[in-house]
Amino acid sequence: MPEVRIENATKKYGKIVAVENVSLHVHDKEYFALIGPSGCGKTTLLRLIAGLVQPDEGKIFIENELVTHIPPEDRGIGFVFQTYALFPHMNAWDNVTYGPRVKAWEEDKRERIGREMLEMVKLYERSDAIPKELSGGMMQRVALARALAAGAKLLLLDEPLGALDAKIRFELRYEIRKLVKDLALTAIHVTHDQGEAMAISDRIAVMKKGKILQVGTPQELYMKPKHIFVANFIGESNFLEGYVVDTEDKGCIIELRGGLIVNAADKARNKEERVVLGVRPETLSIEKGHKKGLNCLPGRIERFRFEGTDVRYEVRLKNEDTIVIIRPALMGEWFNEGEKVTVGFPQEKSYVFTYPSIGLRSELALE
Amino acid sequence: MDGMITVKGRNLGRFLEVLSSMRSIRSLIYACSVIFFLALILFPPILGIILKWDLIGQIFENLSLMSRAIPAIYASFAIALFVSIIDVVAGLPMAWFIWKGKSKWLNTLDTLADIPFIVPTVTLGYSIWLFWSSETQGISSLFGTSLVSPGWLLIILVHFVFSYPAVVRVMIGALFDYKRTYEEASRTLGAAPVTADRTVTFPILKTSFIAAFTLAFARSISETGATVIVAGTFENGPVLINNLKTTQQSGYESALVFVSFILIAVSSIIFATITILGPKLKISVRKVWPVTERKLSSQGLAHFRNTSTLLVFFILVLIPSLFVALPTINAISNGTLNEALSSKGIWQGYWQSLFLSYGVAFVATLLNTVAGLPMAILIARKRFGVFTSTILDVLVNIPMIVPSIALGVSLSIFWNNFPFIPEIGLLIFAHLSITYPYFVRSMTAAIERVDIDLEEASRTLGAKPFTVFRTIVLPLTKYSLFAGAIMMFTRSVSETGATLAVITELKTAPVLLVEWVKQIVPASPKEIGLGCGFLIVLSFAILLILRGTVKGRY
Repeated sequence: MPEVRIENATKKYGKIVAVENVSLHVHDKEYFALIGPSGCGKTTLLRLIAGLVQPDEGKIFIENELVTHIPPEDRGIGFVFQTYALFPHMNAWDNVTYGPRVKAWEEDKRERIGREMLEMVKLYERSDAIPKELSGGMMQRVALARALAAGAKLLLLDEPLGALDAKIRFELRYEIRKLVKDLALTAIHVTHDQGEAMAISDRIAVMKKGKILQVGTPQELYMKPKHIFVANFIGESNFLEGYVVDTEDKGCIIELRGGLIVNAADKARNKEERVVLGVRPETLSIEKGHKKGLNCLPGRIERFRFEGTDVRYEVRLKNEDTIVIIRPALMGEWFNEGEKVTVGFPQEKSYVFTYPSIGLRSELALE
Repeated sequence: MDGMITVKGRNLGRFLEVLSSMRSIRSLIYACSVIFFLALILFPPILGIILKWDLIGQIFENLSLMSRAIPAIYASFAIALFVSIIDVVAGLPMAWFIWKGKSKWLNTLDTLADIPFIVPTVTLGYSIWLFWSSETQGISSLFGTSLVSPGWLLIILVHFVFSYPAVVRVMIGALFDYKRTYEEASRTLGAAPVTADRTVTFPILKTSFIAAFTLAFARSISETGATVIVAGTFENGPVLINNLKTTQQSGYESALVFVSFILIAVSSIIFATITILGPKLKISVRKVWPVTERKLSSQGLAHFRNTSTLLVFFILVLIPSLFVALPTINAISNGTLNEALSSKGIWQGYWQSLFLSYGVAFVATLLNTVAGLPMAILIARKRFGVFTSTILDVLVNIPMIVPSIALGVSLSIFWNNFPFIPEIGLLIFAHLSITYPYFVRSMTAAIERVDIDLEEASRTLGAKPFTVFRTIVLPLTKYSLFAGAIMMFTRSVSETGATLAVITELKTAPVLLVEWVKQIVPASPKEIGLGCGFLIVLSFAILLILRGTVKGRY
């Protein structure tokens, strides 16, 4: 069964290290996403698994078989490209049955599979169409059918929805997941769209500069980011700089800039440590006037935006830090720009990171 | 457009800008470039033959000429067909090798592959003759007897070498434009490398292969300078025309017109056919032989293919092309160089001819650049509508596909109706016709590559048409402009066929060298070697400039 294991893989292009000492285990029948900003090495990692590039170091196993030196055609994979890569000189039918043909399957098996796959993506009636007669969404569905027709149990998708319109991207992502689950495949999906990855994956690996920072379910990455970059890349976070002034049973006490004191749930911190406190905008509460209490931060509404489902406030705290708060638009009262408010958050819904040695801004930078 | 326009110093730019925003002025410039093309480049080589139409009938009464004309025409096309096939077969793996390879010295190989392109064809012919035929030099000296005597086989070898770089260049261009994702997709679907190439890469690149084949064919049909040197007693079309012109036996004019006419007509028909039927040619991709093709994809065979490709390149192409360096070096060491530099004996004529060659090349390049640029814009940007542009685009190619000596014959018949035009005028006209397509084609392609959005952005920011051209189009295409101009220049320096056809007194360097080699003017091997050597050195200098300018593009 197709599980994928990567052990200490490294790939360099000249001086650029695209993938650096990466180890990863993708389980059988798992929908796995590789995400990260442009140039983080996610596509290179996928191409290593496909055999389209060779690692400089490390090993790659598919179904417990060492495939590092096996060419792509013998790895039993299906690969879907961002630009579809449908052969322009063949119609949809010939594209889809290309795999069975080059593998010299029996003619009736080829016919059956071709029909099944095109019916599955609801394009059997367009069998005679050449790629340029099809829309982007149709082309990608044909490309998907083509990748699956070759009998692959491991589907590798390189930004498969990247070139499509928003609406179609939305529809097709659920369609792909359903297909993968119905056919009991293993899928590895590369994307830079964290929303897409969260919506369809069983597990996600977040990459930055050739390294995997964290692997986990969408919930884990959202609730318990282990890395400050992950906290920022998955969803949205407010970051407040400060020092640990004391530790206690439930966590630690942090002094933010300007002497504001907050309690956080992290128990593994040392006194005097320079830290960054992370709070998600949607976990913050907001109240009129200046209130006192645990984790209550006074401030003034600097900007108010209505965004449809949500309203978004930017609050300038007493210490001049700015904090973003997102509330459901149809729940509770709205506040006006200039109004004095108190922002609060529950101790257990915050997370603490050691202040990054390269500085906060560089650590969070996407490029 | 109000107020007076004065053309003074710094106002010139402003003046051109204002002029360029007048639609009528722009149309006038385009119209002039079209008139230049029709009146000087296209019509004379076509009309000349038609003017002497009545002469063609006479050849049917002259059996001895007829019995030479028919086999010569046949030989021209047979050789061209054969050479184009082996050029594509040998050039493709070379282009492939350069494209796929990773090592740095491939760049050098890439440059070396251009050498036969840049070496004047007469020199190329002499060099190859030395290598294969000369009993005292080359590899034949090892055997004591001529390995390949002058004749059809040597012509094939020469034409093969002569077209090889063109074929490799076209294919490398196509391969670098090719999206490798297609090949990768095919591999991930289970195709072995050879299967992927055959079913995906080749069919997608089919048009370029046809273009490469056509180019090799056109070059072979047209080649005169080198062919005359290696032909011996064998005659193909251009050699026959040259022989007829030299011997001037009775009734030769009718044969001249007849052979020229057939060459022009058949070439045109062949190219029209290829253009129309080429795209419809299907490469079967349905059949697959997984086991065989998998075996063919093995590393060992790939090594074998690469090795034999390189062997063919070095033994058949590169070494014979440069073999003339040997007598050149001899000539330098034994004092012939001093004679040459002091213009003694036959050298005075040599320097004059060299001066003439480069002078004519310079004038032709200059005129064609000025007149060809608006034409290229006109075609690329479809300024006179899609239909007119397409027609012009096709017509521009005609001087390139017509055999050059036939073009020369026709052109000189046409201009001889205007006896006040001096011979140097005819020479320049011939070179204008021959070189024009090289420039306009490459410039058209370059302008097409400039995103029209950039021009529109410039217009929305307030630039007048001339400013758009000066600040956007020209900077983005200047390398192609240089490359195109240098290509015209080298083509002109190398030109032999049309030149032989139009001249009576004047001698360009290639024509002079033909006379030296054929001993019409007695010259020693060292003198010929040195004569070729100077041409090659100058050509190399130009090649380096060409590489330098083209490199800047990336």
